[in-house]
Amino acid sequence: MGLDIRLPIGLMFSLLGVLLTGYGAFNRAGSITKIDGQEININLIWGVVLLVFGALMLLGATRSRKTPPPA
Amino acid sequence: MQPIHLAWVDYTVLLAYVAFVLGIGWTLARYMKTSSDFLTSGRSIPTWVTGLAFISANLGALELVGMAASGAKYGIATAHFYWVGAIPAMIFLAVFMMPFYYGSKARSVPEYLQMRFNKPVMGLNAVAFAVMTVFASGISMNALAKLLNQLLGWNYHVALFVCSGVVLVYVLKGGLTSAIYTEVLQFFMIVLGFAPVVYLGLKDVGGWHAMNHSLQGVATDPSALYLKGAGITYAADAWTSAWKPVLAGPANNPMGVDWFAIIFGLGFVLSFGYWCTNFLVVQRAMAAKNMAAARNTPLVAAVPKMLFPFLVIVPGMIAVALTSLPDKNYRIPPPILSQEVYAKAVDAVKSASPADSAAGVKAVGDALGKPVSTEKIASLIAANAANKLSDEQIEKGIYNSIAENDYDGVILSLVKKYCPPGLLGLALTALLASFMSGMAGNVTAFNTVWTYNLYQAFFVPNKSDEHYFWMGKFITVVGIGLSILCAYFARQYNNCMDIIQLVFGFVNAPLFATFLLGMFWKRTTSIGAFLGLFGGIGGSALFHALTIAHGNAPGIKGGYVHVLGEFPSEMAQNFWLAAFAFTVCFTLTLVISLATRRTKADEELKGLVYSLTPKIKSDNVPFFLQPGVVGVMLLIACVILNIIFW
Repeated sequence: MGLDIRLPIGLMFSLLGVLLTGYGAFNRAGSITKIDGQEININLIWGVVLLVFGALMLLGATRSRKTPPPA
Repeated sequence: MQPIHLAWVDYTVLLAYVAFVLGIGWTLARYMKTSSDFLTSGRSIPTWVTGLAFISANLGALELVGMAASGAKYGIATAHFYWVGAIPAMIFLAVFMMPFYYGSKARSVPEYLQMRFNKPVMGLNAVAFAVMTVFASGISMNALAKLLNQLLGWNYHVALFVCSGVVLVYVLKGGLTSAIYTEVLQFFMIVLGFAPVVYLGLKDVGGWHAMNHSLQGVATDPSALYLKGAGITYAADAWTSAWKPVLAGPANNPMGVDWFAIIFGLGFVLSFGYWCTNFLVVQRAMAAKNMAAARNTPLVAAVPKMLFPFLVIVPGMIAVALTSLPDKNYRIPPPILSQEVYAKAVDAVKSASPADSAAGVKAVGDALGKPVSTEKIASLIAANAANKLSDEQIEKGIYNSIAENDYDGVILSLVKKYCPPGLLGLALTALLASFMSGMAGNVTAFNTVWTYNLYQAFFVPNKSDEHYFWMGKFITVVGIGLSILCAYFARQYNNCMDIIQLVFGFVNAPLFATFLLGMFWKRTTSIGAFLGLFGGIGGSALFHALTIAHGNAPGIKGGYVHVLGEFPSEMAQNFWLAAFAFTVCFTLTLVISLATRRTKADEELKGLVYSLTPKIKSDNVPFFLQPGVVGVMLLIACVILNIIFW
């Protein structure tokens, strides 16, 4: 089939990563989970994780597009 | 309790996800030209995609919710459903069975049965499977719509129709390919959506070792958390060891099972019956682009499957550990009660007099319709009398006093506890994704079996491909419509659903014996297979009618004819029932096959039976990538996991 599924997966998680990171950065108060008194901005942390995952998927998709797929 | 409030950022996550799955369906629509494109993906998909779809189609919402529940009820031993009850069977499918499914060019599992035996055997299997998929997807849709209604305050009907509508659109547009591709997206959504919850939960209980330490305290007195009845105690490792409590006997582990039931009943009969013969999962591997990819599909899937316990079972264990730590202000959620019920109970607390707390406790219990902790309600009444509490505080106190757990609520209660807006949207989307992948799996398996194995085989043969392509699309709509009907049926008649699921248990339990004999013994005859299968189904029904699990009254749960045997738990009863049904089916098929004449010559069985099929030579594949070698390596990894958590 003519669709590399890494492309939509990469796009979606990059988008969600940007959304969560942005929300975590601009709305710190609303993004915090308190554990034993320690404040964790989980939106910021997890947003970056999603962003990295999405970027890796996109990288895989664009790289295989340049090199012809092995028969 | 108040519904969870979603912020705009949560809705954005949800909408982005829906937009992407619909987009995938739309993109693939232009490749759908024949019935085979639509129903079997034209056998064109790469291995890693079919591998992840294989696992994702199996990972329905009920599994996510149910495994966390079992993690709380039984601890790490729940991982047996993965390390014993899945991995070996998946490897067996890849190494031994896939060559016949894929090599025979059958378009479905029932179709393989037709090639190997005859039409009646196929028809029996196809009808049972088609009905089962519709009910399975209806039952899970009902569960999900209920959950969304109770937790988010969404309208039941809207939730039901919107979710199934999304699935309908992308399956109708892109067929099986679309279902498989979105399953991969859903796989990552589920993993990335729930991983932070596990991470935060583990951090909160103080890490893995601290969690185990808390669970050891719980094991010696499970009644303190309402996990078990008063007076039942276990060794300290009952929740934290996978094998030691099982080897110590049914009375020494919370599952109430013995090692034989786990290994033979779950690990062999149920597990091989599901993973090796259920078209829902096997279909994913059959859509692979070539034989090597088809055989590698279950092997690729085995890797995440092996690690899933940490994602889906550990949350249940975290919940129990949290409940045992008073300063964490958490409990395993009690059964969901409406706001009116709570209001009545609050009134009962307010009007109770501290002098006669027994009457007060009874009044509160009656208002809730649930057992309550006498001392907690008594102290709540006293606290309210001494110092007027707000309604909210009283309600919180009542919530903590209900002496019953709703284990299915565990996973969402953790999501609610740890996720701020944003992450909350991600976790809920993951839940919706698991529901959609499960439903799409059922629908795509259903439409293929209906179109090829029932409609084309029995009703309208010899039409143009265009006709079957059209039928495939039409039946997809019908299938989703029927699932919605089943969901309403499940909502109305929950007990009927129990009976239906019971019947499917009977139908499925003996199935693997038929495949095993058919694939590996050329002497197996069609009559033997057909009667053996019927005998096995009858055998399981009889077994159920004559046995019962400890604590159950004779009736739907078994023993309605006469109680010949009693098992320590329902799970043990199920495992033994499967073992019995398999043995009956196996023996009957064997004996009848020997007594009847073969109708198929060796030549006709080439590619369908092990001994008559040339072994696949894959000289161009390096030694360490051969399915057999990879399978052995995966088995070793699985054994190591079992030893680590022994």
